[in-house]
Amino acid sequence: MSAPLLSVRGLKVHFPVATGKLFGKTPVVRAVDGVDFDLQAGETLGIVGESGCGKSTTGNAILGLAPVTEGEIMFDGRNVAALTGRDRQALWRDLQVVFQDPVSALDPKRTIAQSIAEPLAIHGVGRARRKERVDELMELVGLRPGQRDRYPNELSGGQRQRVVIARALALDPRLVICDEAVSALDVSIQSQVLNLLLRLQRDLGLSYLFISHDLSVVRHISDRIAVMYLGTIVEEAPTDELFARPLHPYTEALLSAVPIPDPLAERAKTARPLQGDVPNPMDLPAGCPFVTRCPLRETGCETIRPAAVEIEPGHRLACHVREREITGTSALDPQR
Amino acid sequence: MKMTDPSTLRAWLLAEAPTSRRQARASAWYVGWLNLRSNTLAMAGLIFLALLLLAAVFAPFLASHDPFAQDLGARLLAPGTDGHLFGTDSLGRDIYSRVLYGARISIYIVLLVALVAPLLGLIIGTVAGYAGGWLDVVLMRVTDIFLAFPRLILALAFVAALGAGIENAVLAISLTAWPPYARIARAETLTIRNSDFIHAIRLQGAGPVRIVMRHIWPLCISSLVIRVTLDMAGIILTAAGLGFLGLGAQPPSPEWGAMVSEGRKFILDHWWVATVPGLAIFSISLAFNLLGDGLRDVLDPKEGGA
Repeated sequence: MSAPLLSVRGLKVHFPVATGKLFGKTPVVRAVDGVDFDLQAGETLGIVGESGCGKSTTGNAILGLAPVTEGEIMFDGRNVAALTGRDRQALWRDLQVVFQDPVSALDPKRTIAQSIAEPLAIHGVGRARRKERVDELMELVGLRPGQRDRYPNELSGGQRQRVVIARALALDPRLVICDEAVSALDVSIQSQVLNLLLRLQRDLGLSYLFISHDLSVVRHISDRIAVMYLGTIVEEAPTDELFARPLHPYTEALLSAVPIPDPLAERAKTARPLQGDVPNPMDLPAGCPFVTRCPLRETGCETIRPAAVEIEPGHRLACHVREREITGTSALDPQR
Repeated sequence: MKMTDPSTLRAWLLAEAPTSRRQARASAWYVGWLNLRSNTLAMAGLIFLALLLLAAVFAPFLASHDPFAQDLGARLLAPGTDGHLFGTDSLGRDIYSRVLYGARISIYIVLLVALVAPLLGLIIGTVAGYAGGWLDVVLMRVTDIFLAFPRLILALAFVAALGAGIENAVLAISLTAWPPYARIARAETLTIRNSDFIHAIRLQGAGPVRIVMRHIWPLCISSLVIRVTLDMAGIILTAAGLGFLGLGAQPPSPEWGAMVSEGRKFILDHWWVATVPGLAIFSISLAFNLLGDGLRDVLDPKEGGA
């Protein structure tokens, strides 16, 4: 395989918690606690997980909106954290973002043409070319030319998200991070926007890092899926493989919670709702983060943290029990 | 574009789908105007101010006498005698004419202060809010120091230091009026700076100057405008107060505060000398307050609207 477009190694983002106490150790929230993944050019990697598992923080860290505590983010061979000034500007041309809420992602006082043209203006594109490019982009994302001079509050949610996408594409990025990009939209609009994203990927050769809590959305758009739980990736596999053969108990629970459109199949399904609560992210278990809710737990799970192991090509898993079932050994076993 | 027919103009202004940026903007203004028009009190204030503005502009034509011409034989005439509508003052000058010309001074002061103070506050507040850190702390403590003094006292101190006169009064009032604007602008900035669109713009490579000037200022303007219109009455009162204390416009210029001050000596026997300019101060303040209230209803982003 060629060198990945985006490569994240050992990424940690820890936030200090303001306690109001003057002395003593400040507790730390481990929002992201050791995340590794690669993203190939032209590929879509989906990141799923429940609220608070650190998936958005991972995206923000790549974008430079969250402070990286530890680890390395390489984009096209460049270390993102080390870039400054001009190089940083150049990186921004390649790396763009689509946020969840299209209402707050657009300046309410600017028309959509102005919003789309802004990145072009920042990067010194001339006025005439700017106008041309805005028309091009609006057509590309399926907005009517008559909507140029509308203000965001005059548009529907789906249209606004199209504007946000057009703005993100203005500088011909190579990677677009979609942070819950369709979660705020109606279901019927969601599929339109997803199909738009797929078409743009095909036409422009984009890569997506698609962050969402919605499994069916991620399944629709992703080539590969990484499942996150409490700041770590517990399982990563090609989409079809993951849905056909989920290995991590958390993935299993997630998949079994997805409703099936066929009522008979839905009733016949043996749902496995998880017991227990997510541990406090300020006080994580020393071992496997999932240990408090895991149906498969064994002694040792709570003290030894499972490392992600490539079970099969492209299928990585961080679970002692399942690892032993498949490979015959795990870190839980006594040292040979 | 030809639009002589009022009904098509109205249709053009209220179009559901504006075809140009100009039309969209005109339409937004027109809808705001319709809102304002439905507020009777605000319209009363607006009409009064418009009349006052016209009176100030056309003072030379409306005045019955030269505001500076003294006639010691006709001192302290009661209103209505000898063609003096509001009577004459202690030097025999026509009070009606002086009040008209005085409107020019008041409007001049109000406009200048209303331009300088919010601009100063906007710059200081947004810089403090967006930069954060020590710059924020320093700027906000300076603001606190200014806010800690009563406005008139602080203005008095500035005028005393700068010397009496209209320009210095404007400067002094501006210097005392900016802190509330800075506070408002900072508060707005703090909420705006963390919104997604600022993040998105920053990721597209925009620098802080661009973000503050192009994106934060426009969003702060409407709350500042409301504050300005509500502040105008205070500005007029401060200006009149400085005039009353002899530190604003200097005699013989017909500044309302100074006129009240002169009339004070005769207030028991010749009430009109102090009352007429006092009424002028009162009514212009009231009109500004009424208009400000109405404008707040139209412009306040928290109430929907714009």
